[in-house]
Amino acid sequence: METIDQVVIRFAGDSGDGMQVTGDQFTNESAILGNDLSTLPNFPAEIRAPAGTLAGVSAFQVHISDHDILTPGDAPNVLVVMNPAALRANIADVPVGGTIVVNSDAFDDRALEKAGYSSDPRSDGSLSQYRVYEIPMTALTQEACKPTGAKPRDAERSKNFFALGVVSWLYTRPTEVTERWIAERYGSNSVVVEANTLAFRAGYNFGETAELFESAYQIAPAEHAPGTYTNVTGNMALAWGLVAASQLAKVPVFLGSYPITPASDILHELSKYKNFGIRTLQAEDEIAGIGAALGAAFGGALGISTTSGPGLDLKSETIGLAVSLELPLLIVDVQRGGPSTGLPTKTEQSDLLHAMFGRHGEAPVPIVAAMTPSHCFDVAIEAVRIALKYRTPVILLSDGYLANGSEPWRLPAIEDLPDISTTFATEPNAESDSGEPAFWPYLRDPVTLARPWAVPGTPGLEHRIGGLEKADGTGNVSYDPVNHETMMHLRAAKIAGIAKDIPLVECDDPTGDATVLVLSWGSTYAAALAGVKRVRKTGERVAQAHLVHLNPFPSNLGDVLRRYPKVLIPEANLGQLSKLVRAEFLVDARSLTNVRGEPFHVAEVQQAIHDLLDEVRGKAASEPAPSAEEAGRS
Amino acid sequence: MTDVAVPVTARKDWMSDQDVRWCPGCGDYSILAAVQFLLPELGIRRENTVFISGIGCAARFPYYMNTYGMHSIHGRAPAVATGLAVTRPDLDVWVVTGDGDALSIGGNHLMHCLRRNVNLTILLFNNQIYGLTKGQYSPTSEVGKVTKSTPFGSLDTPFNPISLALGAEATFVARTHDMDRKHMMEVFRRAHAHKGASFVEVYQNCNVFNDGAFEQITGRAHREEMLIELEHGKPIRLGVDGHRGVIMDAQGRLKIVEVADVGEDALVVHDEEREDPGLAFALSRLSRGPYEPTPIGVFRSVERPDYGSLVDAQVLAAQARRGPGDLELLLKSGTTWTVG
Repeated sequence: METIDQVVIRFAGDSGDGMQVTGDQFTNESAILGNDLSTLPNFPAEIRAPAGTLAGVSAFQVHISDHDILTPGDAPNVLVVMNPAALRANIADVPVGGTIVVNSDAFDDRALEKAGYSSDPRSDGSLSQYRVYEIPMTALTQEACKPTGAKPRDAERSKNFFALGVVSWLYTRPTEVTERWIAERYGSNSVVVEANTLAFRAGYNFGETAELFESAYQIAPAEHAPGTYTNVTGNMALAWGLVAASQLAKVPVFLGSYPITPASDILHELSKYKNFGIRTLQAEDEIAGIGAALGAAFGGALGISTTSGPGLDLKSETIGLAVSLELPLLIVDVQRGGPSTGLPTKTEQSDLLHAMFGRHGEAPVPIVAAMTPSHCFDVAIEAVRIALKYRTPVILLSDGYLANGSEPWRLPAIEDLPDISTTFATEPNAESDSGEPAFWPYLRDPVTLARPWAVPGTPGLEHRIGGLEKADGTGNVSYDPVNHETMMHLRAAKIAGIAKDIPLVECDDPTGDATVLVLSWGSTYAAALAGVKRVRKTGERVAQAHLVHLNPFPSNLGDVLRRYPKVLIPEANLGQLSKLVRAEFLVDARSLTNVRGEPFHVAEVQQAIHDLLDEVRGKAASEPAPSAEEAGRS
Repeated sequence: MTDVAVPVTARKDWMSDQDVRWCPGCGDYSILAAVQFLLPELGIRRENTVFISGIGCAARFPYYMNTYGMHSIHGRAPAVATGLAVTRPDLDVWVVTGDGDALSIGGNHLMHCLRRNVNLTILLFNNQIYGLTKGQYSPTSEVGKVTKSTPFGSLDTPFNPISLALGAEATFVARTHDMDRKHMMEVFRRAHAHKGASFVEVYQNCNVFNDGAFEQITGRAHREEMLIELEHGKPIRLGVDGHRGVIMDAQGRLKIVEVADVGEDALVVHDEEREDPGLAFALSRLSRGPYEPTPIGVFRSVERPDYGSLVDAQVLAAQARRGPGDLELLLKSGTTWTVG
């Protein structure tokens, strides 16, 4: 038994091979064992692309370690492939010397041809620089499943559990977790339970007895703070955060949404929680989803609409109405590759400027962004807090990587969660010309500039609101030019004023004399911080800060940025936060961009920081950065 | 909500303090008056009444009602109203819309709120023209309509709003017109009393851009011979002393005949409660336009659980089965492990 500190494993196969299940289960085994971990599912937009083709390859990468890690890993140390297409699609990512576990039964001529191989890569020398383990997984699975009486063609479908068994042995994972999960998941079909269990055990035993591998590996548990943990994806944490926000605010959730990848899971999750008084509507389209959420908000509910990509375009007009109506509303945008349909299952951060400016007229909207899968929980509560307190639509940005990626999460104590309860208007707040009590829907709170939330059913507060410009105070329709100017400034000031009510941005600059600041937002947090840590290990000084609030910015952001000659902003777009920061603060903010549909590699952030450090010192930025080994682990 | 009896109100109590700004002579005035005269008779509270509209001339309606109201965006009123009605079953939610708003830009939402049977009362003011944008043809304009955007005549076949509502699984479908306050009030009363989505098409004259569109059937001189008042359980008749009537011929088509020629027993008896919408649909196609004898009144009124009640039932069932939500249990619902 050899002890290692971390490993990155990628399971890859055909869309129908069950690679996501395999990856999920390996993750669960590792979580229970106490390793720190980070995952990256990667699957095609097509449900079942033609079997055996490159287009149909589905993969799941998991990074496990005995210490705190931030990212799912730049490159897999171990690649498990169920067919030739999976090998061809992923081999370029495996560093020389890496381990490849192959289902050799899948490498027949037809499969090789479908994958575009003219010769068998196992024998033509193209894998000579890797450690290749060939296992006839299909045949061994069929053999193992014989006692179930399943036909060989059906038994073959359990081969992903055989693969999971092999890798579970290789990394000394506990088997009970998966066996229990199989029994629960497939409980209604005893043949499937038996077949999957037998295949899993056969794979595990094969690893132990076949003497194929030199040894099994052990990865000690990571040091985690005391507490109760669970493994969450971003979408799950976000859905739970919305449930929590509803409870903390004492306002029932109404979710109006239209199915769209990769946001649909939030709709699925919330649809289950009816006992929390949550009402969900799968609307006829994106527009109806947010329209219904806004109607529910008018009635005193916590109106939410979740979407992605093109769905955000369709919601723009209603977000503008919500800005004018000054009603609380939450829009969750799980960003994916664009433009148009773009890359539905791949991650990107290219909706920031859309969230910021994507409405006609001046229609400012607060924006918050999640930084890790579990942070989706906290940011959901923060978004709801702002929406309720300031009676405004809020856009919460997540992304495809956070949505489907997972990490261990220490569960918060319920009593430590913030009180975000709100108040409804119950009494008239003004007098009519004749001295009668009157209700002015646009009479603002002097501190927050928020207007009262008076819901139908409240006697004496009957009022009409709409998208036409309203008179300051009374809320009656007004075309008066001076009033319009007043209202434009009031709406802007209300959103800008939220800066007084959010935390300052924290800048980590251990020596206090760094010349380069790395500023991240959203899911680039992980790669940015890991890159900073690696650079610091080379003895360089670099500062790091992260933004959760993107509109308004924290009030000290300008001061922080101006302390550094150079600011590097890694972002999965073509330079959106850097535009905002340059426009707002006149600082030399550089973008490091990545629009490949996957998270940043730590190495590229590291390289970019070194380049910028060189630039500050007046050197050419061409020398390669120290390798990850030299720089130490991330 | 209190147990105190609903206060007695009069029309003026339902009028807001805002000046009504439709063009002088617009049919919208008489519809507004009919609603404001009716509401005091319904035993409902102002604070529990909400008017939601989209965009268009008709959509200014909520501003003139001393109730809660929202003037939303073009075509989306049924969607906004759906969210409100589903979360607040205690409210009376009305949607006021027009032919462009409901059938063109918002056609999708109208269809879906009808099939869901959301508890709404939907008044569609049909004037067969775009008024607020100053006179373009609408999805109910007749083919060949010459307007600013169709100088050589419009080419597209119009919608028949009643047929459309019936095809969209509406449970209550009716038609009335702006020249007859009493008829409007009765139809609106029925629509309000119906639990679920009630759809009412109101023929409404736009005296600026499409004056007299319905004159041939709703004008006082023509009404008796041209409007067919549908009455549940009664033979369908029209004209002075009901001298004409509607029969179904051997091919299943509805036809207008002289009652004297066929005998009263041959007439179709109106049945608004019939589950099969076929006859109601045939009645909606009896007239090809507002120049032929046209049925008004209630085409269809059937019972089907409204959407909000079904949603509530699921929520209550979940709470009865699993108890009220417990956040801590929820967070621990997956696999958990303890450190330290």
